[in-house]
Amino acid sequence: MQDHLSLLLVVIPLVAAPVAAVLPQGRLPWFVALMVTSACATLAGMQLWAVVHDGVISYELGGWAPPWGIEYRIDVVNAFVALIVSGIAAITLPYALLSVEKEIPDHQIPLFYSAFLLCFAGLLGITQTGDIFNLFVFLEISSLSSYALISLGRRRQALTSAYQYLIMGTLGATFFLIGVGLIYAQTGTLNMMDLAERLPGVSGLKTIHTGFAFIMIGFALKLALFPLHLWLPNAYTYAPSVITVFLASTATKVALYVMVRILFTVFPNGFVTATPAADLFVLSGIAGILSASVYAIYQVDVKRLLAYSSVAQIGYMALGIGFASAMGVTAAIIHLFNHALMKGALFMAVGAIIYRIGACRMENIEGLGRQMPWTFGAIVIGGLSLIGVPGTAGFISKWYLVLAALEQQAWISVVVILTGSLLAMVYMGKVIEALYFKPVTETNIVVKEAPMLLLTPTWILVIANIYFGLDAEFTVGVAEHAARALGVVAK
Amino acid sequence: MDFIIGHYNYWIAIFLMMAGFYTVISRGNLVKKIIGLNIFQVSVFLLYISMSTVKGGAPPIITKGIEIYSNPLPHVLILTAIVVGVATTALGLALVVRIKEAYGTIEEDEIHRQDHSL
Amino acid sequence: MTHNLILRLVSKTVIPLIIVFALYVQFHGDFGPGGGFQAGVILGSSIILYALVFGLDAAEKVFPSTILRLLASLGVLLYAGVGVVTLYLDGNYLEYTVLADTQIAGQHLGILLVELGVGIAVFAVMLIIFFAFAGRGRP
Repeated sequence: MQDHLSLLLVVIPLVAAPVAAVLPQGRLPWFVALMVTSACATLAGMQLWAVVHDGVISYELGGWAPPWGIEYRIDVVNAFVALIVSGIAAITLPYALLSVEKEIPDHQIPLFYSAFLLCFAGLLGITQTGDIFNLFVFLEISSLSSYALISLGRRRQALTSAYQYLIMGTLGATFFLIGVGLIYAQTGTLNMMDLAERLPGVSGLKTIHTGFAFIMIGFALKLALFPLHLWLPNAYTYAPSVITVFLASTATKVALYVMVRILFTVFPNGFVTATPAADLFVLSGIAGILSASVYAIYQVDVKRLLAYSSVAQIGYMALGIGFASAMGVTAAIIHLFNHALMKGALFMAVGAIIYRIGACRMENIEGLGRQMPWTFGAIVIGGLSLIGVPGTAGFISKWYLVLAALEQQAWISVVVILTGSLLAMVYMGKVIEALYFKPVTETNIVVKEAPMLLLTPTWILVIANIYFGLDAEFTVGVAEHAARALGVVAK
Repeated sequence: MDFIIGHYNYWIAIFLMMAGFYTVISRGNLVKKIIGLNIFQVSVFLLYISMSTVKGGAPPIITKGIEIYSNPLPHVLILTAIVVGVATTALGLALVVRIKEAYGTIEEDEIHRQDHSL
Repeated sequence: MTHNLILRLVSKTVIPLIIVFALYVQFHGDFGPGGGFQAGVILGSSIILYALVFGLDAAEKVFPSTILRLLASLGVLLYAGVGVVTLYLDGNYLEYTVLADTQIAGQHLGILLVELGVGIAVFAVMLIIFFAFAGRGRP
């Protein structure tokens, strides 16, 4: 059991997905998914524990030694990301029961959970694997199932946004494939650790630089890094609530993890600063924070507003990577975790509103804050965390990000980070104004508080936001450990 | 001249890649976009396969008396990528069918007009 | 399609041959080019040909969608199941060597079962995709 920990994390959901597909309608598929995600969350916790205490885990698939066989190689970075993915999935699943029954037709529910588990398995596979082509396969497993899941949204725009995401996502994945091919042609290996050994010798070659550029662009598309974010607002707006919660707090995080892994583990340290990549990350981070935040202010659909806010938050993480210092990467990883918590909580709360009134445009939600006090409370605290008010998780990540920027004396970045917080205050203020300070509309006066099954997972995440804002020892400790494991040099 | 002839496989791959990519970007018809995407993917498959050739190498099936084989690994990788491509195409076309049912058209600008997006 | 005598006769003769060829590709995959994916596609194409000539309803009578969905899941489970069995026999995941007494026999057995799983899954999925598109919009 202990030996196969890192493998079981991928295999359990992969086996459960076809099982869920053939189960009869009813709550059984949901129960299977719940069991699987909870089991995976436990295993991921054990894995992180094992990695922190005993060092790197290496698992050889089929008993073939790396670099010939596929190797799962777990250090603190992937163990942490795997814990985020499976933890969020395990919290999302109790929430899913009612929300899915409301939003998805009955006969599609078994297939819905099957696709959800496939997506989950794919995301976990990306984090676990140490083989760069295996990563592509898992990337496609998770992407294909997420296109299908997004298209299940109730409005017809869900179809067009899933289509748009499919085109952009496939282009991104194919770019990644080209990059991997070029690097394979030059080095003859696909194992990440083996690549890390061989790449320094050839890192001056044009082929390697081209391959690097293709991989970065490909994953920037999956990550929705500004200005390649166009698919994200639509996909998040029209997807079923549960899928928005899950994808917003895991999919982009996993893409960011791959970015970090390739930049700092696979490619030799210093490669990112020697090429224009680091500057481009900072530039697109700055542009993303400012423009996406401003866009968010003008949105009338709350889900879309939060989606634009996600693009801005990805900008913060890109900024952290762009500094290419131990401090910057630490900040990016901290924000990766905290952003999963706050966006998870916010999208869950918005999903609860949709569960009650079926829409979440500004004019629909007027005055709902007093009808649904607990949901409103979750939005307020999630919003405070998004702004970065002290005492919330968001503050910790902003704090480390500012420290990283100061360390580089990147004054513009410091100003941008703080401006981003101000803009977040404006757009979250708009939501809160509509919810609380507008008089209740006639249709909303009969609306009751969301059911417990939706509120409990939401509040677990809200409390996590406060807890990790007051006691940052765990996140900061793991993130610093992770930055060390990546081998990022302190400046 | 040698540069052009000697790298002809790359030129073919680049040409197909750009043709496919251009189709994806320029066409408003959703089915044509999928076809463009397919051409784009196939160009990458060709890139991998042509890369695996070893000069004078036999097909990688163990036969007596043959010493040099072509590299079989890219073939295996691309078989996986082809499967992924099939799945993507099927999913994309399924979405197009659903879009046609929901909007009555598969032209991008008409869909935008109906949704008042853009 | 009821009157196309030549088409019906030819496909009646060809379909069994296609199926036999698919089985050959499936089980000869250890020794030559072939394997589960190719075999599954070939086998699927024989049923698709049947559906094209004799009508979708006739083909769906042979393979109803519930059966196909079961087969697709079964194929994936067979693949993953072999891996779980190797775990149970104290090997790593998909380490076929532990499946039989000798290393070579184990590898043979393992790849045979795994490819069979792939073949079944691909066959079923090809048909699901075909039926989903072809059957769309029928009353």
